[in-house]
Formats: sequence, structure tokens, C-alpha cells
Amino acid sequence: MIRLEGVSKHYPGAALPAVDRLTLDVRRGEFVTLVGPSGCGKTTTLKMINRIIEPTGGSIFVDGVDALSVPAHELRRSIGYVIQQIGLFPHRTIAQNIGTVPGLLGWDQARTQDRIADLIDVVGLEPEMLDRYPAELSGGQQQRVGVARALAADPPVLLMDEPFGAVDPIVRGHLQREFLDLQRKLGKTVVFVTHDIDEAIFLGTRIAMLNTGGILEQYDTPEAILSEPVNQFVEDFLGGERGLKRLALLPISSAEMVRGPMIDRTGSRDDAERIMAEHSVDWVGILDGKKLLGWVDRRDLVSPDLNGVEPRPFAVSLSPNSSLREALDAVVTGHARIAVVVEDGEYKGMLDLESISEEITE
Amino acid sequence: MNLVVAQAATPLFDWDWVTRNLDTILEKTLEHLQLTGVALGLGLLLSVLLAAVSIWKARAYKPIAAFTGALYTIPSLAVFALVAPIIGIGTPSQKFWTAEVALVSYTLLILVRNIVTGIQGVPAGVSEAARGMGYQEGGLLARIEVPIAIPAIIAGVRIAAVTVIGLVTVTSLLGLGGLGFFILDGLRRSIIFPTEIIVGVVLSVGLAAVIDLGLLMLGRSLTPWMRAQGR
Repeated sequence: MIRLEGVSKHYPGAALPAVDRLTLDVRRGEFVTLVGPSGCGKTTTLKMINRIIEPTGGSIFVDGVDALSVPAHELRRSIGYVIQQIGLFPHRTIAQNIGTVPGLLGWDQARTQDRIADLIDVVGLEPEMLDRYPAELSGGQQQRVGVARALAADPPVLLMDEPFGAVDPIVRGHLQREFLDLQRKLGKTVVFVTHDIDEAIFLGTRIAMLNTGGILEQYDTPEAILSEPVNQFVEDFLGGERGLKRLALLPISSAEMVRGPMIDRTGSRDDAERIMAEHSVDWVGILDGKKLLGWVDRRDLVSPDLNGVEPRPFAVSLSPNSSLREALDAVVTGHARIAVVVEDGEYKGMLDLESISEEITE
Repeated sequence: MNLVVAQAATPLFDWDWVTRNLDTILEKTLEHLQLTGVALGLGLLLSVLLAAVSIWKARAYKPIAAFTGALYTIPSLAVFALVAPIIGIGTPSQKFWTAEVALVSYTLLILVRNIVTGIQGVPAGVSEAARGMGYQEGGLLARIEVPIAIPAIIAGVRIAAVTVIGLVTVTSLLGLGGLGFFILDGLRRSIIFPTEIIVGVVLSVGLAAVIDLGLLMLGRSLTPWMRAQGR
């Protein structure tokens, strides 16, 4: 979808190129994050794709078209562009802002209005906002409008330069999750610049790790980069908690769950004692068929059968789609040192510290 | 003693004189307006051209700013004295253009500076977003940057208008017309005639206030979005 071949940017007077013969391939529908320290040329690389910065060497193809051979303004109308400063036009209403590219492309009024109405909904804003001016919106709302404006003419490619960098961390988290859902739904090809490795890991289907001078150190999926950083630079940039970051990417369903100390409510106290002894614990989980009722302490078992006991609910129960990092959190904070997994009310199994750490060291 | 008699004989403000000379008052007011309007119009036209050059060729801004700044520092009487021998003050049209050259030269510094700083003040992110969406240079300037600079440009026009209205009063010293005529005439009589002076002063101040207010309202109506900023 996007292909950079030996692309360079050498500023006049600079001793070293900002980007040196970079080759990068982005497939259709991929979400590629460009990440690296300041001066690594990630923003320069992004801005060469829509020629806000003109490359001094190499070639760039966008959707099969040689980007350097078409007029820059025409190229840009087919590429969505979102920047950190947002750059909404203060003298135009939200509706007019969103309708910018359709206006430049000469769409008729009715088509543009329909599109604006769709987009305000897509980015989760109220239609009442359409007649307001940008200064009346919060930073988070403004960046939603920025995304809507970039999507207006339905471009196949979106370029984003630290789009969520200027909003507070809570709003940033919301925007990241929403945008990821949106991208998956719309199937856009996204190139996304960030200096925040956690953001790069969370959003990217592939991460391009750049070093000073636009050197591509590693280009791979987040899982692969976290488990096998190719060199010291990548390892350093990933920072601490590499194992935890990897766990955040892996769903519980990818790990091997165990059944754990479980007994059906029809069982007897002797069965319960035997199961607790097998697992060397002093509690047991109670099932009603496949339904998880809770757990009881050994001291609660006063009668020979289990009818009289009142199971206590597990503090946290996770779904197979939750991440292993959440499972680990449940293990270390919960009393029983385990994480129970339930899907649609049905008991799936449990994870303990051992089964989770096996996933990290794998 | 004489002074009291004189005051009794000629009141501070003589309404009869005003009624008798209504035609002249109207004529001089219109003359004043015309001199101001033409000076502002020409000044704005020239300033837009100079500002355009300054924006396209950044290196040109310093010499342009220096030149318009130098014009601004020449005392107004000296400018009239310099221009008069070149254009002449024989015919009414010569007088008119002598006045205009001087008046226009005073508007340039204020107008060029406000247009250029207004456009340079457009946030970099706004211009970059516009380029990134496919605006070409001309469209970017006309549709995005100039509209955003309107508040700064109108502010400049307001200062220029008030300055020119004040200066037009001075042009009367050279017999070049406008409301200054009354002030000069009132002072020149053997006994100072306050009515005439008051008419000249009040009308020129009033004119400045009305035009300033008019421009302020024009600016507001052109920039509905500015009200959103304060909210």
C-alpha cells in the first residue's frame, strides 16, 4: 500500500542526513507505528509520504502511484493527515472543518452534508457540535474532529503524527482504544508516529523502530520485537517491564489454563478434602454443572455434604479475551493467588503465577 | 474688563453661525471624509501588495519595514512641504494629491505590519493541516490565512483610519481642505472665534469615533468565530 524505496532527506548544511536510504513496506490495512528517540527521523519519514517534506532521494509509492510524480496537492487529497497540533481551522465551524477535503474535491453539498453527519457519529461526537467553532471544544473533542476531517473523503491511507500527544492521559487512553476499533472496522492503512513505546505497542500491528538518522533497526510485530529485540538499541528503547508489556498483548486464551481445585456442589466433604490435599491449598471452588458459584474455605466445611455452605464469589473473574497482564494482576492482588476465567457464565479454568510466567519465558 | 465685554458680545458657542454656514460645514466634512477614504483605500491596496511581497519573499520584509517606518517618522508638515513642490498646490486636484501622498505614506507602516504579523500569527499547525489536506499556496492564503488574520488586519485599519482623520486636519494648514479649515480660520481672526474652532474639533473627533466604531462592528461581523474564543 505504501512503499518507501531508499528514501533520503538531506537538509542543506546538515552534516548527516535526517533520513538515510530508508526502505519500508506497509501492507494494505496495516497499522504501522514509527517509533524512536527524537532525531530518529520518524516525523520526517511520515511527512515525506505526503510530501509536506520533499525527499532528496529515493522513491515513494502510495496505492501503486509514484507519489513524487503527481502534484503534491492532489496526492494529499487522497491521504488523511492528522497532526499533534490538530490544526482545526478556527474560523470555520466543525461541519465546515470536516467538509474541507470534500470541498476541495468539488463534492456537491448534499453528498458532503451526508458525509459530515456520518462522520460526527463515527468519531463519537454529538451532531449539535457541528455548528460550533473549534475554540468551543475540549482538546479531546477537537482531536476527534481532526480524525473525522482526515477521514472525510474516505482516503485509503491515514498519516498520523503523534495525534494523541497533546491530550491528558485519560482522554488519550480513550482515544487510542476508540481509534483502534475504528481502524479495524474501516480497514484503513495507518502510519502513526509516536515517541511513546507503549502507544506504539498498543496500536501497531507492526512497529518500525528507528534510530538516529532514520536507520531502521527492527520492523516487526509488537510480540516479536518484545520477545526478540535484535540489538541493544531496541532493547534499551523498549525499556523495563518488557515481559509485562508482552503479557499485555497476549490474550488469556493463548495460555494453558488448569482446572484447579474444583468440586461440583453435589460432591461430599471427603471429596473436597481430597481435592484440597491434591492441590495443597485450603480452599475449593464450587461448580454447579459448568457454572462457577464461588469458593469456600476448609473451615466452612462443617457438614458431610456441600449443601449447607455458602460459596463466596471470586474477587476478579476474567474472560478469555482479557490480557495475560490483567490475569497477572488478579493473581498478585487476589487472596487465592489465582485468576479464574469465565466465559458467558461458564467456568473455563484458572491461571496461576507459574502458568503465566511460562508464557513470558517461552 | 474688556475680556468680559467680549465674552458678553460673542458667546462661547454661536449656534447662528452654525446654521448660517451649514453648507460649508457639510462640504468640509465630506472633503475630510473623501481625503480619509481615498488615503485608506490606496494605503490598504499598497500595503496588501507590500505585505504579499514580504510573505512570499521573507527577505524583503526587513527593507519594507524599514522604508515604511522611515516614512512614518517624518513630521507630517515636513511631508507636505516635501511633496508640495513636486506635485504642486496650484489647482484643487494638485492640492488633493499632495495631501494624499502624505496621508497614504502614514498608513503604510501600520497596515503592512498588521497584515504581515496577522498572517505570520496563524498557528503553524493550522497551515500545515491545510497543506496536508491539499490546499495550494494561493488557496491557503486566501481561504485560511487571511481570514484568520482578519482581526489583526482590522485592528491595523482602525489605527490607520484614526491617524489619517487626525492628519487631514493638519492638511488644512496648507490650504488642502477638510475640517481643519474651521480651526485655522477661527484662530486667524483678529478676535479668536471659538464657535468655528469647536465645530472643527468636535466634527473631526466625532468622525474619528464614528469610523472607528464602524470598523469595529465590521470586524465583529466578519469574525463570528472570535466570539467563540472567549467562551
